Amino acid sequence: MAKPLIATQHLTSCFGCHMSILDIDDRILKLAKMVDFDRSPINDIKEFTWPVDIGIIEGGVSNDEHVEILKDFRKNCKVLIGIGSCAVANSVPSMRNTVPLKECLEEAYLNGPTIVDGGIIPNDEDIPILLDKVYPLHEVVKIDYFLPGCPPSADTIWNALVALLTGKELEFPYELIKYD
Amino acid sequence: MSQETVTFTLDGVKVKATKGQTIMEAADAAGIYIPRLCWHKDLPSGGNCRICTVMVNGRPAGSCLFPVEDGIVVENNTKQLKDHRCQVVEMHFIEGNHYCPSCEASGECELQALGYYTQMLTPTSPYLRPKYEVDASHPDVYIDRDRCILCGRCIRASEFLDGKCVFSFEGRGIHKRISVNAEHNLGETNMEASDRAATICPTGALMIKRTGYRIPVGKRRFDIHPIGWDIEKKKKSG
Ligand code: SF4
Ligand code: FES
Repeated sequence: MAKPLIATQHLTSCFGCHMSILDIDDRILKLAKMVDFDRSPINDIKEFTWPVDIGIIEGGVSNDEHVEILKDFRKNCKVLIGIGSCAVANSVPSMRNTVPLKECLEEAYLNGPTIVDGGIIPNDEDIPILLDKVYPLHEVVKIDYFLPGCPPSADTIWNALVALLTGKELEFPYELIKYD
Repeated sequence: MSQETVTFTLDGVKVKATKGQTIMEAADAAGIYIPRLCWHKDLPSGGNCRICTVMVNGRPAGSCLFPVEDGIVVENNTKQLKDHRCQVVEMHFIEGNHYCPSCEASGECELQALGYYTQMLTPTSPYLRPKYEVDASHPDVYIDRDRCILCGRCIRASEFLDGKCVFSFEGRGIHKRISVNAEHNLGETNMEASDRAATICPTGALMIKRTGYRIPVGKRRFDIHPIGWDIEKKKKSG
């Protein structure tokens, strides 16, 4: 029987959650025996080869490209997991949400203390368009499981993956669910 | 002075209590934790947050206010009440702007701890993302209204423990805010960092400046033990 397939993706985030996936240490060998990786920054596959069993997304949704990626993941993943506070809750990227987008861009590109001789707000058609706010995944598509944490610990991720791959309920001891 | 003893049922267990106690006080003494947010042991109950709601003879009642009576039947740890509490916690998270990963109160915050206690993985409703003002005018204490859950502890502490009247609420409903009794801001009040009010906030909304992030992750109040653990411990140790 073919092994279950996993795909992973990062949106607006620091890659810390992917680091935490790698932080499962030598259990990664067990994981490699249990699953195959499809689209993921870990193997640099950028499109789905086929639909997969589990999709894992880190990061908040902050531009139009992210919306497309997320919808593509929803379409191609039987189960979609949001990992990390940026993906599932309010976190560092969403701190811009109470400041109007125009003011954020002006501060970053026109008025910031490191701007010399004016400056311009980037407006190339190849650059994704920022959304008005940064959204958690579940405000854009249906998400099946949430793993909070900044990042969720390797044990949290491992527990969740093993439970999903062996058809068990996701249950965590107290220390493994934290919002920070 | 002899105290009249009453007996009531809490989740099917007979509990002895002293007349005049609230349900919460009696439960605490019996080693049974009832979740709470606006209640504080040194303050008169406020009855603001409703997290402590239990069923008394089949009707909802705030356990931090409701006095024990002989023979009442109280339900606390039911699926319905657990769901209710998780919902209330979720609403706090979406009505404020709580950025746990960067908050100085993370690990010490009672709202966050109740999120863990009610097993909230994330708030499932959309965030409201309201705009709140920070008041950093005071040299030693600041107010970050993003994190305020309107529990009123600071108001009561300032009045009853500090003998001042620094804080009050303004506005109603979704527009309700914590405010200060001064023309403009906290810096104009007689607030001091040594006031009890300065350290009584259950979240990071009212904080003493330059004290954040002192306790390493792993050693903070709720890193290892869930909220209410100290109360439940009494029962376990007999
Ligand atoms: S500032 Fe803190 S103590 Fe005061 S009402 Fe808000 S949450 Fe409660
Ligand atoms: S603790 Fe009873 S209403 Fe808040």
